Amino acid sequence: MAGRSTEGAHVCAKNYAVSNEPGETITDPVISLRSASVARGGRTIWSDGTFDIPRGQIVAVIGPNGSGKTTMLQVLLGLIPPSVGTVTVFGQTPERGNPRIGYVPQHYSEAVGQAVRCKDLVSLSVTGTRWGMRRSASDADEVEAALQAVGAADYADSRMSVLSGGQQQRVAIAQALVGSPELLLLDEPLANLDLRNQREIVDLLAELQRSRAITILVVVHDMNPLLAHLGGSVYLLDGHAHYGSVGEVVDSDLLSHLYGTQIKVVRTAQGDLYTRSN
Amino acid sequence: MLHAFMIKPGLLLANAGYQSNWVEVLSQPFMRNAFIAGSLVAIASGMLGYFVVVREGEFAAHALGHIGFPGATGAVLLGLSPTLGLAVFCVGGALVIGALGKRASERATATGTVLAFATGLGILFASLATESSTTVTNVLFGNLLAVSTGQIKVFALFTIALALVLAAIARPLMFASVNPDVAEAKGVAVKALGIVFLVLMGLVVTMAVQVVGTLLLFALVVTPPATALKLTARPIRVVLLGTAIGLAAVILGLITATILNLPPSFFIVSYSFLTWLIVLGATREQHRSDH
Repeated sequence: MAGRSTEGAHVCAKNYAVSNEPGETITDPVISLRSASVARGGRTIWSDGTFDIPRGQIVAVIGPNGSGKTTMLQVLLGLIPPSVGTVTVFGQTPERGNPRIGYVPQHYSEAVGQAVRCKDLVSLSVTGTRWGMRRSASDADEVEAALQAVGAADYADSRMSVLSGGQQQRVAIAQALVGSPELLLLDEPLANLDLRNQREIVDLLAELQRSRAITILVVVHDMNPLLAHLGGSVYLLDGHAHYGSVGEVVDSDLLSHLYGTQIKVVRTAQGDLYTRSN
Repeated sequence: MLHAFMIKPGLLLANAGYQSNWVEVLSQPFMRNAFIAGSLVAIASGMLGYFVVVREGEFAAHALGHIGFPGATGAVLLGLSPTLGLAVFCVGGALVIGALGKRASERATATGTVLAFATGLGILFASLATESSTTVTNVLFGNLLAVSTGQIKVFALFTIALALVLAAIARPLMFASVNPDVAEAKGVAVKALGIVFLVLMGLVVTMAVQVVGTLLLFALVVTPPATALKLTARPIRVVLLGTAIGLAAVILGLITATILNLPPSFFIVSYSFLTWLIVLGATREQHRSDH
């Protein structure tokens, strides 16, 4: 840390943990952590997570590389249990196969079968958990509705391999929307997208959040594209998991400490908020 | 006679060429067995091959053939049936690849090194066993003309069982194949399905080795479904078209081999290769005109 300025040292001394005082406990939170830690292969990824996330907003998940953002989603999906403490989603211990949760993994487009048609891919979320070959008329309707909701109906019959990154991401979101989940978990959906496509995906998420009154957690390495629609942020700071509202998190000192580089929060004359790294 | 090419290279040229009694040869019982066995392998490969291609498991299929080689020659050395040795090594190899997981099995250098060693072991076992050269040739290049009626019954039962199992697990297997992370989160048993799939692949490879041999099985297990996938993306159509290409290659290959008195494996592989080449050319052309 030799390169750190004295200002940085001062920043470190401050306590950024936004604790939930008993009086401000949220009723009926979508996600709730109590002293939760998670470990992998004996190594603690993050610890001391105690927070409630209120329903019906877009929440960013931020933190430096390797701080456990993807692990956070895996815990919420029930893929990894917390090593210490409790985690609840919709008031219950997370379990794989929860139809109330939709999920878009990281590197979706690289990992997915490129020769497969978009609608076959989306339909796997409907039929892929069933044995046998039976199919009902409502299956196709559900797939079509999901593709339409993300504006991907035009390329439903195309193979994934011929689509652009933005189009592939729409298909991924359509797949996550099958079954009308109340919570969407998206891991780096904006990575590898140009600015226009980033904006379009963010607008889509904002529209889905509003029209369906759902909660959307988005892992991002840059909060800026989301800032206009953000309700709060889960942030992984110094090995600890926290949650803060957008007013608490979009803070120059906190973000500078989080990313280990000077970050300024700027408000434009039009009232737009953005962060800038010096 | 048709069997001649299997024995000594010197005799091959002497016997090659137009066989005027080919219609008569085609109606022999061993020929009927060859047609039935080859067709069953083409059908099994067409069904399984779709999943091999969408899972990008082509290298595993290739690897299993090579792992089977020491199994077959080792069984001969111990006085057992080469088919049994082949099946044990292919299924055992499938379980090992499955246990290593997707990432480990993709390590090309490690897999290639193990394959080379397996082939070396196969040669060692073969040279230790007496009367080995026919077995070695049959395992490496296949001998469709030596398939017995008993083997055909096993092939038929296995093909029916494969169809039933695949129909039952098709959707979760597809989900786990093209979208493993989401499938896992949705509660699909991704790893268990992967192992089941590899075991099925090991059994199909055991069958295919007897038709085209370990060195050429790619042309029957992978090439026809891969060719079909270039022409259509609809899963059912890929399976049907892939099976049709495989069937055509086997049947036309056997007829051509009989007419010219040359090894059927060569013609089966050639028809599969030609179809792939033509489709590749045609779809390339189409892509160019699209843009």
